[in-house]
Amino acid sequence: MKKDGYKIVAVGLLVYQILMGLLGEVPRREILNESIRCVYFHVPMWFSMIAVLTASAYFSVRYLQKSQIEDDEKAVEYANVAILLGVLGCLTGSLWASVTWGDFWPNDPKLNSVAVGMLMYFAYSILRGSFEDEQKRGRISAVYNIFAFAVFIPLIFILPRLTDSLHPGNGGNPAFSDYDMNSQMRRVFYPSVVGVSLLAFWIAELRIRLKKVARVLSEKQ
Amino acid sequence: MASNVKLKHQNVPFWVIKLQEISTLIGKEITLEWRQRYALNGMVLYIVSTVYVCYLSFKLKTNQLNPITWNTLFWIILLFTAVSAVSKSFTQERAGRLLYYYTVASPQAVIISKIIYNSLMMSALSGLGFGFYAFVMNNPVQDVPMYLVSILLGSVGFASTLTLVAGIASKADNNGMLMPVLSFPVIIPMLLMVMKLSKNALDGLDRAQSLNEIAVLLAIDAIVVVLSWVLFPYLWRS
Repeated sequence: MKKDGYKIVAVGLLVYQILMGLLGEVPRREILNESIRCVYFHVPMWFSMIAVLTASAYFSVRYLQKSQIEDDEKAVEYANVAILLGVLGCLTGSLWASVTWGDFWPNDPKLNSVAVGMLMYFAYSILRGSFEDEQKRGRISAVYNIFAFAVFIPLIFILPRLTDSLHPGNGGNPAFSDYDMNSQMRRVFYPSVVGVSLLAFWIAELRIRLKKVARVLSEKQ
Repeated sequence: MASNVKLKHQNVPFWVIKLQEISTLIGKEITLEWRQRYALNGMVLYIVSTVYVCYLSFKLKTNQLNPITWNTLFWIILLFTAVSAVSKSFTQERAGRLLYYYTVASPQAVIISKIIYNSLMMSALSGLGFGFYAFVMNNPVQDVPMYLVSILLGSVGFASTLTLVAGIASKADNNGMLMPVLSFPVIIPMLLMVMKLSKNALDGLDRAQSLNEIAVLLAIDAIVVVLSWVLFPYLWRS
């Protein structure tokens, strides 16, 4: 029960996110109008994706150090949840972009970087599929996972900032300044980020446990 | 083995031994390549025939090609050449020989020597490719030295990124398909930077404007080389 505390927190925060995100007061801005509410749902996906990917890279490093099969299972499940969040982030972002920027997939460096990042993690799953031996699969995909993470981080944090982008925080646009978000919005936004991240870890934990059960069962046979 | 080497040269600093090891391995790579020249000749023919196919595909009206298309086409040719040239660096050698290196050399020396050798090979190949490409497809480049710098940086970057990926792909069973799938997403940041740099050179912009791109390229190179150094030993063991 003690370990499950975070699930209660996650549910509470998500309920708060949905209620306040849809019903709370938001400032009126040109072009954005009511679609500014997307910030409560779209941005936390990316934040939690980064968190989950960091966890995945961490467990890959630990797998290389200790060669415990549990670490490999964790690394792959965190990466899977990150792919899910990335796809959801792309979908919500696409919807938002169609309203504000007039295109479902505008030519924006951040979008393209993220698409490339997703390709990298799809390649990671394909790489895993091409091995029979468990130890070999674990070690080699861990190497690729760390490599991909090290390329992914500059890809989405550094490169878009060097060129012009529609996203805030890039190409000289401000990010998280008072212009973007007032204190009223922050009170909903930060809890949403925490809530979605906790949900992501919850999903990953369930999948990890499922995998563990399947492994123990197959070992018994 | 590493401890043996240390005992033998107790008064020589460690990095000198490492450098000797790396240079020996590079020498070995070059000798090996020279003995089986067909692989190298194949790569040269690959890039020349690709350029020629592009030339013919544009129905010889290459003077109507705008500079952006010219530049992009060239880099895509180089990308495919790099993928096929570097992917052979691990598959070329038989398993028994790899086992032998395992006993006499440290994994770091192996990967660094392969990166340096592949960089040299890619620089030569892409320099040659540029010469032929400019010969048949016209040469709209206004700042040729700077364009050559971008080719050099691109070749070194491609080689260093692809070497580790080639190592990963060589461990899998069907590596022919795996190599492009694994390497294209990883190489895109570098490709975008190098295309921007070469576009600046193509337009003959002030060189000071390109310093930013050069710095980013060198930084990505540094990340990749350090990662290869750290990660290759784990790959090597299997």
